[in-house]
Amino acid sequence: MTQLLFKHINVEGMASIDVYEKHGGYETLKKALKQKPEEILETVKASGLRGRGGAGFPTGLKWSFLAKNVYPRYLVCNADESEPGTCKDRELLLKNPHLLIEGMIICAYACEIETGYNYMRGEFYDLCEIFDKAVEEAYDRGYLGKNILKSKFNLDLHSHLGAGAYICGEESALLNSLEGMRGEPRLKPPFPAVEGLYGKPTVVNNVETLCAVVPVVEGGAKAYAALGTEKSKGTKLVSVSGHVRNPGNFEVVLGTPTSEIIEMAGGMREGRKLKAFIPGGSSVPMLPADKVDTPYDYESLQAAGSMLGSGALIVMDDSANVVKETLRIASFYMHESCGKCTPCREGTRWLHQILGEIESGRGKDENIGLLQDICDNMSFKCFCPLGDAAIAPVLSGIANFREDYEELLSQAKAGVAAE
Amino acid sequence: MFAFSETSEKEIEKQLVKYPPDRKKSAILALLRIAQQQNGYVSPEAMEEIGRRLDLSPAYVEGVCSFYTMYYTRPVGQYVILFCINVSCHLLNCDNLLEYTAKKLNIEVGGTTEDKKFTLLREECLAECSRAPVMRINNDYHVNLTPQKIDQILDSLK
Repeated sequence: MTQLLFKHINVEGMASIDVYEKHGGYETLKKALKQKPEEILETVKASGLRGRGGAGFPTGLKWSFLAKNVYPRYLVCNADESEPGTCKDRELLLKNPHLLIEGMIICAYACEIETGYNYMRGEFYDLCEIFDKAVEEAYDRGYLGKNILKSKFNLDLHSHLGAGAYICGEESALLNSLEGMRGEPRLKPPFPAVEGLYGKPTVVNNVETLCAVVPVVEGGAKAYAALGTEKSKGTKLVSVSGHVRNPGNFEVVLGTPTSEIIEMAGGMREGRKLKAFIPGGSSVPMLPADKVDTPYDYESLQAAGSMLGSGALIVMDDSANVVKETLRIASFYMHESCGKCTPCREGTRWLHQILGEIESGRGKDENIGLLQDICDNMSFKCFCPLGDAAIAPVLSGIANFREDYEELLSQAKAGVAAE
Repeated sequence: MFAFSETSEKEIEKQLVKYPPDRKKSAILALLRIAQQQNGYVSPEAMEEIGRRLDLSPAYVEGVCSFYTMYYTRPVGQYVILFCINVSCHLLNCDNLLEYTAKKLNIEVGGTTEDKKFTLLREECLAECSRAPVMRINNDYHVNLTPQKIDQILDSLK
């Protein structure tokens, strides 16, 4: 099994620089500093590495969009991991913070950046302490600061804690939050690569993406691109949660059948059958059991009607009721909508209200059409994708698990008749 | 009146140097956090003081403060229990565990015990989904919860 990011994840003491170095840590940085920044950029481009936070945008391309000859530039690591079902970045930060730091340094070198921030969600206070300590160690060894390893390259890294807001995982909202504002998204364009933090060109990448830069540069673009499918290269961390025997984070080569990943997590619980799975976090459409052999990669999951998203595989067995779970997710989006755009602010509340009526046995047949209509009015009508995320479980639930809706609706009818 | 303590001042200094001198507004989340660490919650007076430090109006500070869920604008218990209720925890019966915890503490969800020791709140996803059900008490995560484990954890908190 190919393990690039999780190769040393369970080595005791890996969070300390001594143990990290003992396992080859910071050797890739030394190698990178001997190359020109453009060469690193080309390597990352050629590797096919794509953003692991959710959007799946090619990482090298994102870096190459930085406005030319505008400085200072900033690097921002998005460690606002809050997509329901996702817990991979937390494990990386908890157990192997130096891998992220090494990846951030290599990225900053390739993009000619001298200041970086690691924006961690406020709940990751414990991880922030670990990160700060690791940064201090990296300064002491000359991997950060002025003239890093005598390369004339300078970089300062800082931690920054959020304070509880899902929306700050969206990169433009994150930048507003980092600037000391409410975490509301910005209208794009301009994209952060042109006008990002403090109006300067900024690279925003997810924790896993920046960590993956290390094995990409270490093994070379060819070796990385040899893994995976034609368009989905390399490995992906998948957080498996829900109704499986041994939930956990697993590193898989992209293109691995989803059913195999569920098996890695111990398979279904005793006497239970798979009913539904959400392949990429609560923001992507849920799929029925007959799609479980879909290869776990960006294109195949899209063809199957969903998305890879952040790599959070939420598994539901036949004890789950799709309406109840959808209501739970709808309640989340209502809570997290920042309120800036009307379709999302009002739509998330209406979805929650109607789903609540159906779930509590007070639904009417026309509610299903109403839900679909509201979803249609939220789709692609907001500054950021939160509204689109909120409708995914609703529409896919109605399309794939209509019987769960109809059962509750017929109970409601029977209830009315009995009165 | 609100004044930052000596410990808080040291922490503020550490935070301010992270940002360009003309961008100290970036430290607002940190200052709100420090004020809360010091006093348990963020009072209007604390917001005013933060505004003075960062050249921001009290209304601006309040606007930012109210956007984020981790700031408390009223006193809370010594231990704040954030109980994840999102989908991965929900699939593993977090609702029952939350109810169990509320009963054990003899409060409603959202309330604080009479002795001001515990506040119990619902929380959205804490990013520990593969070790669900999960709760966070102050800065510590507690995972794979069962009623027995909840008993153990709460009883151990002095």
